[in-house]
Amino acid sequence: MGTTNQHADSAAASQAELSAEIAAIESAYRASDHEETQPRLDYPPYRSSLLRHPTKALQLADPETIERWAPCFGERDVSSLEADLTIQHVGEPIGERTVVTGRVVDGDGRPVRRQLVEIWQANAGGRYMHQRDQHPAPLDPAFTGVGRCLTDDEGTYRFTTIKPGPYPWKNHHNAWRPAHIHFSLFGTDFTQRMITQMYFPGDPLFALDPIYQSITDARARERLVATYDHDVTTHEWATGYRWDIVLTGSHRTPHEDDLGDDH
Amino acid sequence: MPHLTATPGQTIGPFYGYALPFEADADLVPPGRPDAVRLHGVVTDGAGSPVPDALLEVWQADADGSVPQRPGSLRRDGWTFTGWGRCATDDAGGYSFTTVRPGATEPGAAPFFLITVFARGLTNRLFTRAYLPHDQAALEGDRLLAGVPAERRSTLIAAAEPTGYRFDVRLQGADETVFLTYPGH
Repeated sequence: MGTTNQHADSAAASQAELSAEIAAIESAYRASDHEETQPRLDYPPYRSSLLRHPTKALQLADPETIERWAPCFGERDVSSLEADLTIQHVGEPIGERTVVTGRVVDGDGRPVRRQLVEIWQANAGGRYMHQRDQHPAPLDPAFTGVGRCLTDDEGTYRFTTIKPGPYPWKNHHNAWRPAHIHFSLFGTDFTQRMITQMYFPGDPLFALDPIYQSITDARARERLVATYDHDVTTHEWATGYRWDIVLTGSHRTPHEDDLGDDH
Repeated sequence: MPHLTATPGQTIGPFYGYALPFEADADLVPPGRPDAVRLHGVVTDGAGSPVPDALLEVWQADADGSVPQRPGSLRRDGWTFTGWGRCATDDAGGYSFTTVRPGATEPGAAPFFLITVFARGLTNRLFTRAYLPHDQAALEGDRLLAGVPAERRSTLIAAAEPTGYRFDVRLQGADETVFLTYPGH
């Protein structure tokens, strides 16, 4: 069993070689005088990106009507039970029960209300309930690792889940992803649509991970790291983390927002 | 002006397949409806190979040009047009939506499907527009197309087919699709 991963591992680079590539890119970035806040599309240490990043500059577009609106979701789309990933099966999932909560706001700090948040993640052993994940860690029959919710009127989302484990992947030899939860987010404009990953504080794998490091700016990377919050932690039940999400600024005028409220 | 810096995006990764797709996700209208059209294509990488682990989303106006603001995308009832759909690519890199032809949102505007692309190996989502090919005057008057070098403009225009439209997405290469960024990104 343990060899199935290794024989298919075509990745030749060592972690030391990979880490040197990461460090060289970051030091060149630090020597420059511009600030990056998003990941680089062209980031060679993340090998799967080599043939999958556009090489030409993105075209700046003035958002038109459809781009200044986003799809609507409601109670018809999402059951409130879907925010608890620990009650989807018979029996308790294995691992550290954890509440993850925070607010989704736009670039002006306005809450993104009644909007869809989707998450997915590995189980406590670092295994996804996905056929392509053949990493020989146990699947947990009591845990799928998929959740959805709608933000409330303050833009707050809240999930009850199991803290995911780190897991190996094939980017290079002995590559491991820091533990993370995937988040899919919508705003009030479709231009705000994004998918990202939330991490847990203090993960020793941060420096080694080319996906996390594809954001070359240290402050920007830290925006993906949740904060342990003892006020979210509940007595004899679950630990708690807080992670707020800022979407890009809304392009809609207040007048259009008023129209939106009428729908 | 924005005061807060946006949270960075990250790749969708390889394992979204059990999480994000849902029943009838790519059927904005039921196939077979008299005004249904197909919007489909292939996602390829810089070597021209199909990308079997991409996820595309479409967001569009209704046939009359109005912007849908109705819930129900995730649990479709077959009658409510929500304007939004999602489609994971198949093993050949193909995607296919069943939808309606978007109308012009303003008089004279060139109608388009807004397409968002996510994929393993893509560190952040990409946006593009798939314009309808019919109205030449509207295309010629379109501000975005006017700003794109002439030789790349065709990557933004869907090809008409008897059943709808074909729109291929080339992530990299000589005929790379024009991808968009917006103020504040």
